[in-house]
Amino acid sequence: MNNAPRKSSLQQQIDENLKRVYEETLKEEVPDRFVQLLEQLKAKEREK
Amino acid sequence: MNSATGASDPREEILIHLPALRAFAISLTRNPSQADDLVQDTIVKAWSNIDKFAVGTDLRAWLFTILRNTFFSDRRKKKREVADPDGLHAQTLFDKPHHDGRLAFADFTRAFYELSDEHREVLILVGANGYSCEEAAEMMGVAVGTVKSRTSRARNRLAQLLGMEPGEDVLAGDSGATLAVLSRSGTQAA
Repeated sequence: MNNAPRKSSLQQQIDENLKRVYEETLKEEVPDRFVQLLEQLKAKEREK
Repeated sequence: MNSATGASDPREEILIHLPALRAFAISLTRNPSQADDLVQDTIVKAWSNIDKFAVGTDLRAWLFTILRNTFFSDRRKKKREVADPDGLHAQTLFDKPHHDGRLAFADFTRAFYELSDEHREVLILVGANGYSCEEAAEMMGVAVGTVKSRTSRARNRLAQLLGMEPGEDVLAGDSGATLAVLSRSGTQAA
């Protein structure tokens, strides 16, 4: 019947937890290989 | 010989978005080494196609688009997974957790990773990153209505996997306790 506000609070909970799942992986350190890859791409371009 | 000197080259900013790209890649692939390959492909594609990026628009959204397109086209090529946009297959694999009003974060994470690729994608874009349905629709290459309905189905599926039927009163009975646990666990993460 009046489950609209309940649903939105459920939605809120879900989104809060989603943000957490996402942030957990966001906190991980970015592997060096990507920084190196960007350097390589940049160097290759300079040679042109 | 390079005329694109200086800070105006958007490629200089790719580095800043790497953690987000990697987090999105992990959400999609559920596998760190596959995620890293996907990020690598995304960087190379972005680098060589930077002329297609409209300067002044959202670089992260553009990178996310490349990443998700690469992921879904690789998946099509490999056909390694059953097409299952609503996560029906996943649901049968899921062992329903205890429901006593205390929703453990580990249960939530597990349920999230049981969702279909399409559902995880939309929830990460809209639910976790806070992109609008219009922005997500553009990234995903689908209609806004599709994003809206998929988001809602994905949230419902997640609630179901967690033993919280959206139509039921499960949450109303102990919503205070559940909410408290959730927000407490939220602050612990910081």
